[in-house]
Amino acid sequence: MSTTTSTLPEGFILPDFGDAPRTTRTVQTGESSAVTTTTSYDGPRKMAFICSKGNLDMAYPALIMGNAALGEGVEVHLFFTFWGLDIINTKTNDKLRFTMAGNTAMHLDDLGRVRPGLEHASMPQALGNLPGMTGMATRMLKRQMAEQDIPTVPEFLDLLQASGAHLYACKLSFDMAKMLEADLHPGVEGVISAGDFIEIAQGAQIVFV
Amino acid sequence: MPTNTLNGRSFAVDEEGFLTDRDQWSEELATELAALIGIELDEEHLAPLRFMREDSARTGVTPTLRRMQTVGGFDIKTLFALYPGKPAKKMAWLAGLRKPVGCV
Repeated sequence: MSTTTSTLPEGFILPDFGDAPRTTRTVQTGESSAVTTTTSYDGPRKMAFICSKGNLDMAYPALIMGNAALGEGVEVHLFFTFWGLDIINTKTNDKLRFTMAGNTAMHLDDLGRVRPGLEHASMPQALGNLPGMTGMATRMLKRQMAEQDIPTVPEFLDLLQASGAHLYACKLSFDMAKMLEADLHPGVEGVISAGDFIEIAQGAQIVFV
Repeated sequence: MPTNTLNGRSFAVDEEGFLTDRDQWSEELATELAALIGIELDEEHLAPLRFMREDSARTGVTPTLRRMQTVGGFDIKTLFALYPGKPAKKMAWLAGLRKPVGCV
């Protein structure tokens, strides 16, 4: 004989399975009102960024938008996964590179001085494969970012940390890359699983980079 | 251009409520504005506002939080603690400046 109880014993700790209705909302429809229970998130605005790329140009979007969101009083979480782990690895994050290979939106402003209109021309893809081109493109991007007073990646992480952002490393990527915890940027709160991140991101607007 | 009036003081503002004429600002006005958003303006709160006014007088634009740190030497964490939520906007408003437009 087995019995099931619907009331929990005093002091019983049950994992949160997301089944319990968190909020009750009254929906007014015309004259009648219906009460619906939802499990929607009712807290302050949240944003979660998934950073999956380790190229210099792909590191910045989430850092800049995350920083802007913090300035707007939004709760911000950043999850670094796969190649994105290089952004929070102190052994690599000051050496992220930018390649023009595969980037058809690559232009050179200076070419406009050779012939007007050339500054809008897409650079030939073969150029990107020449030795030294990635180094040159990286220096160029870094210079352009510095001119706009955009901090370097390590400095940007310091700024985000000071502004209250929550940073996490993806456990699977961390293990795959055989990374050391000592190499993580000090602002990283933990090495967490994808499931942990999904739980943390409840109610957040998610941006995948 | 709309005008705000607070405790007998009138000042021109933009559609969001930011002062449009920096010369209509005074520390007394800042103190009264701060009270509206639950902030008691002491010396620690005033220091970043004074820097913002000096810096913007030179550059013509409201400094961003990043500039408050690199040029003004203020600690970002402290600024978030002094002006919780939207520090850059709150400080710009209290300093009688326009809303900051920089991305970082």
